[in-house]
Amino acid sequence: MGFFERIFKEPRWGVHPDDHKRPAADAPLRILPPPAKVYMPLQQHVGGAARPIVLVGQKVLKGQLLAEPSGNISAPIHAPVSGTVAAIGEVTAPHASGLGFTAITIDNDFENRWIESEPVADPLALAPEEITKRTAAAGIVGLGGATFPSAAKFSLGRRLKVDTLIVNGGECEPYLSADDRIMRDSAAAVVDGVRIVMRAIGAEQALVGIEDNKPEAIAAMRVAAKPFPEVKIRPVPTRYPMGSDRQLIQTLTGREVPADARAAEVGVLVHNVSTCAAVHQAVRFGRPLVERIVTINGGAVKEPGNIFAPIGTLVSELLDFCGLHCEPARIILGGPMMGTPLPHAQVPLVKGASGILAFDAKEAFVPEAGPCIRCGNCTRACPMGLQPLEMGAHIRAGDLDGAEKFMLGDCMSCGCCAYVCPSHIPLVQYFNHAKGELWAKERTKLRVDASKRLVEARAQRLEREAKEKAEAAARRKAERAAAKAKAAAEAQGQAEGETA
Amino acid sequence: MNAMNTPISSPHTTTTQSVSRVMVTVMLALVPATLFGFWLYGWPSIWLWLVTVGAATFGEAFCLRLMDRPVLPAVHDGSAILTGWLLAMSLPPWAPWWIGAFGGLFATMLAKQAFGGLGQNLFNPAMVARVALLISFPVQMTSWVAPLPLDAIGAPGPISGLLVTLKGIPSGLDAVASASLLGFAKTELSRGVDLLQSLGHAPIPTWFGSRPGSLGETAAWLIAAGGVVMMFLRIISWHIPLAMLAGIAIPAAILHAVDPARYLDMPTHLLSGGAMLGAFFIATDYVTSPSTPKGQLIFGAGCGVLTYVIRTWAGYPEGVAFAVLLMNALTPIIDSYVKPRIYGRDRKGSALKAQR
Repeated sequence: MGFFERIFKEPRWGVHPDDHKRPAADAPLRILPPPAKVYMPLQQHVGGAARPIVLVGQKVLKGQLLAEPSGNISAPIHAPVSGTVAAIGEVTAPHASGLGFTAITIDNDFENRWIESEPVADPLALAPEEITKRTAAAGIVGLGGATFPSAAKFSLGRRLKVDTLIVNGGECEPYLSADDRIMRDSAAAVVDGVRIVMRAIGAEQALVGIEDNKPEAIAAMRVAAKPFPEVKIRPVPTRYPMGSDRQLIQTLTGREVPADARAAEVGVLVHNVSTCAAVHQAVRFGRPLVERIVTINGGAVKEPGNIFAPIGTLVSELLDFCGLHCEPARIILGGPMMGTPLPHAQVPLVKGASGILAFDAKEAFVPEAGPCIRCGNCTRACPMGLQPLEMGAHIRAGDLDGAEKFMLGDCMSCGCCAYVCPSHIPLVQYFNHAKGELWAKERTKLRVDASKRLVEARAQRLEREAKEKAEAAARRKAERAAAKAKAAAEAQGQAEGETA
Repeated sequence: MNAMNTPISSPHTTTTQSVSRVMVTVMLALVPATLFGFWLYGWPSIWLWLVTVGAATFGEAFCLRLMDRPVLPAVHDGSAILTGWLLAMSLPPWAPWWIGAFGGLFATMLAKQAFGGLGQNLFNPAMVARVALLISFPVQMTSWVAPLPLDAIGAPGPISGLLVTLKGIPSGLDAVASASLLGFAKTELSRGVDLLQSLGHAPIPTWFGSRPGSLGETAAWLIAAGGVVMMFLRIISWHIPLAMLAGIAIPAAILHAVDPARYLDMPTHLLSGGAMLGAFFIATDYVTSPSTPKGQLIFGAGCGVLTYVIRTWAGYPEGVAFAVLLMNALTPIIDSYVKPRIYGRDRKGSALKAQR
């Protein structure tokens, strides 16, 4: 990038960390030898956990439905290998807490037998609803890491009449190259998936944003997209977080998504390149999402690169396959900027995992935090235009409401502020803590409000009942009095008659 | 493995920049101007610089010790050394040792640590100390000498230079006591002599800055060059220096054009006093200046205009220190009114309307 571009063209937000993508990105894709056991978690997406429909001991084929979606926002889970269901129980979740979640364990029979699939000769002739249905049935979720069920997004896009599909090939996180690899190796599949998604959401054009540090991917995608003028390949400046949907939308279309609105409301929908490739597999060949490309990288890894592996494979097996120089000082699921530290390597690979990083001690070293010198680097780096130093200062003082006034809720935890901080203040840690506290407070408030409403309703009901009871008693009393009077009158009449 | 058991929030990577690296870079940017000043003013200025920096560092360490806080990391970050250094750059180079000692201690103990240490002080410590000295010891703080370069005949050597700093200027020494240009112009104006006449006898500033003044005044060009290097290294942004220099230059140019007999010209204003040092090194102090680019423009312009106003109409010939302190006091207000626009919101903070 020339001097002129550096001054005038580069986005004003964001950071430019060392990308560490090569040599891993240039190593050819390797296929993991099938593991003996896979652990398929029921919750690999945003929304309701899937409901198991298989029993322990049951034989399953590769791609067979293991668990069905529950609720509107959910996704099904399929068997990544053929074999026998060995257990349905807890495994460690890919989360820093090390807490467990339910997964279906399958013993691999190494026969690799797929279910009968229903290929479609011309998916572009299918009705959008049919494409959405097939995508939902294949369990496809956002593979860039957001893991939002893709079919739900298709319906939203159709409803809001989206005109542009933005295909996210930014992959701005350092170390990761899974999207780069899929664009280099299967550009035709990605472009086909893009066209199928366009059909599903009714978009007129697709803009594929690829950071300009991936020239090979840009070249491959240009060749694959040549016959389709509606699919436009758009190199974008290398700048973290270019792969964040709001930033990519603004860079490619100039449109700004309002706060508390969804991208579809400004007429665009963002899907990741790997998601598009998965849609291509699902709709054209009827293959559910059971395998993915994952980057194995980091200083502790002997042969870093991209691995094609069944979902549900243990991270430890992936690391063993690539070899380790040393015991990793930290294992991260995802990229270094937004990834989750893993408690250990006995954790299954999930749909949204684009990378596993095994950091050596040098990479994992976190300098001690110092005082804020108000240099303002965080404010300049924030892609949302927030003032992390002010929010951090308020949170440190325990003034969470004060932090909220600085629009803490608009923070997406991209980590730019903490990355550039010369005092190494863990700002994202502060923000996540405050968001959690505020969320809990909000929940408590809702609960208190709800019980207050119940108490009031009960008081009203009791009052009403008491009133009704009193009225009924009064009525009965009146009736009784009336009856008595009547009886008396009758008795008198009788007496009078007798007298007469 | 211990690090793996403690959950740590992302990001898991960080910049190689650090507070001490920032401070060291700023000091390196000051080195050429400082060495040039040492050459011009000889050994007394070197001794005064050492005393001032030493006192500032000692004050910092002493306060940290009192508060039972770790001393070494705070001293290693270099902020106290930088504070002492900047203060020394603004003192008369042949001032007695106790000016430097008092100023250095005042800067780090009262103007910085009393507020809670690095990042907490409202006012620029070096300027607080300079103003305290100027008000308390006006005679010593306005006794300038004409440059007597290290290699000049009659310049004091290391020992006699130390004696100048410790005991004052001996009568036998060939040092010409002199006023700074701004001070001279102000005195003559107050005597009713207009600038057209008086400037003929003024200490003429040569193009390379050999003139009576502080270390930071004489080497104005080298100070500016250091500032530009800091901008390219992205240690400081252009907003404060440019706005401050414009804030001095624009009124100076206009008023000089209106009445050259009463108002000094623009280059003199920019190259005299602490204008350059103030614009590039003092006003740009992170802690005491606004954190947003727009706020920095307002802050810088305020520093510049106030400097000009104080120099021209107030009692003191030089106003950078006062101007910076006044604007420091406004920084929290600027910061609470001037905020960046948040993505997806208008300037007031309400959500934008969806537009296609």
